[in-house]
Amino acid sequence: MTDGVAIISLRQVSKRYPGGFEALKAVSFAVEPGEMLFLTGHSGAGKTTLLKLIAAIERANGGAVLVNGQNLSALRPAAIPYLRRNLGLVFQGQKLLFDRSVFDNVMLPLIVTGQPYREAARRARAALDKVGLLPREKANPVTLSGGEQQRLCVARAVVNRPAILLADEPTASLDAAYADEIMEMFSAFNQVGVTVLVATHDRQLIGKYRKRVLTLDHGKLQ
Amino acid sequence: MRAWLQHHGLSLAQTLARLARSPFATTLNVLAIGVAAALPFGVYCVLGNFESLSRNASVDPQLSVFLARDAAKPEIGAVEARLKDARGVSAVRFVSRDAALVELNRVAGMQEVIASLPQNPLPDAFVVTLSGSDPALADRLELEFKSLPKVAYVQADSAWVRRLDALLRLGRTAVGLLAVLLGLALVAVTFNTIRLQILTQRDEIELCRLIGATHAYIRRPYFYLGSLLGLFGGIAALAIVLSGLTVLNRDLADLAYLYGSNVSLKFPSPNEMISALLAAVALGWLGAYLSVSRHLLETDRD
Ligand SMILES: Nc1ncnc2c1ncn2[C@@H]1O[C@H](COP(=O)(O)OP(=O)(O)OP(=O)(O)O)[C@@H](O)[C@H]1O
Ligand SMILES: [Mg+2]
Repeated sequence: MTDGVAIISLRQVSKRYPGGFEALKAVSFAVEPGEMLFLTGHSGAGKTTLLKLIAAIERANGGAVLVNGQNLSALRPAAIPYLRRNLGLVFQGQKLLFDRSVFDNVMLPLIVTGQPYREAARRARAALDKVGLLPREKANPVTLSGGEQQRLCVARAVVNRPAILLADEPTASLDAAYADEIMEMFSAFNQVGVTVLVATHDRQLIGKYRKRVLTLDHGKLQ
Repeated sequence: MRAWLQHHGLSLAQTLARLARSPFATTLNVLAIGVAAALPFGVYCVLGNFESLSRNASVDPQLSVFLARDAAKPEIGAVEARLKDARGVSAVRFVSRDAALVELNRVAGMQEVIASLPQNPLPDAFVVTLSGSDPALADRLELEFKSLPKVAYVQADSAWVRRLDALLRLGRTAVGLLAVLLGLALVAVTFNTIRLQILTQRDEIELCRLIGATHAYIRRPYFYLGSLLGLFGGIAALAIVLSGLTVLNRDLADLAYLYGSNVSLKFPSPNEMISALLAAVALGWLGAYLSVSRHLLETDRD
């Protein structure tokens, strides 16, 4: 596989945090469009760091990160929002807004990207329907269970129909049934062509899918 | 385009709702901005009144040219011709010593003094009206006329106008300085208000950036907030200045009545009021711009 067809590609990427800690060391891999893969490794191995580099939340110190053919280290700051519109992010600690309804939380990415209200509302309801939260659209997210909140995050991540879905520990703190449910959703999105990259500790969950697994160990890819 | 307009409307509505949700803090902020803007604007208005006074007074500055006591008729004629020929002179009026004496006689209490004099002590004189109110012109002509033969003394009647002018210039500089300083204060007030607002919404801002919001999108509601604060502050400033002028005019009316004259402070023109409002809005906007830019810089990657 060449970089030409890869939707995500890392070449000799290293990341050093201020303070000198080297979170990633010479990481190289490529992801084909429409592929689903897992990223695993011990706590502190660099999984979150890797996803942050792909989403241009952090900047690599060395090597090249290419997403959709764009080299992120050469990307102008003004271009980053447009890159992110191709990404659906389900990140740890990425908060729901509790000052508005479930529906308005899912509307946010559509409003931010300037979709007309009527079309946006239709798509927001479709996304809520897909994660089974349509009956709760008027509720405040505080009133949702942990699993429901996580599903709401998934709905918000996919409502813009991103080409790439990045999920960081999407099943952490969920019981097994909820975790399966979330993973089934990712698998379903993957089946309609979305590239899915999931970082997780949960080896059992990974075992249920016959997908490529990247393993990080102290910042190095195994 | 529709979506863009919709978002602007939404931003504006949300901003207004946010201001209404904390009426106490909003009122205090608006008052602070209002007072900061009212000071230079009020002084400007009062100064404008003095300025129109000085402009009216200096419409036709005059020079009085007094002749030597021994000037004979042909010499007086020669001086008159020179005065009329000088550039910048619009009219020349001869006041004979006899006419001047009659004039002086009309002044209360002078009759006895004049009667006790052996002869008319007054010189012949010309009253020269200048065509422009340029102080430099008056200075030049004063020097020129002084050097004419048989001219004893030249007095510029517009000296006080010039003094007022100099004072007004000082006043205008002071207003300018005041406006700059309090403009800075206005920017600082909005900067801080908006910084607080940003801090309470930093999660939302961070989230919006992760889902592809541009800087322009993030800035928009804060621009509205800053501009609205400036607008409301400007309206408060106008209210302060207008009510201040009204109160001053009431006091002035009593004073003017006692002296049988009719002076009052003019209110600022609609143009001036709109300019003041626009300036307040622009400064509020600037405070917002600086505040959001700082936050965006702080939270950029790296
Ligand atoms: N902002 C930061 N500044 C300094 N060091 C950091 C920062 N973020 C992460 N690190 C360090 O980088 C290393 C990798 O962190 P990262 O969050 O990528 O690990 P992870 O694989 O996601 O771990 P976990 O499974 O616990 O989430 C850790 O040792 C962490 O302490
Ligand atoms: Mg992590």
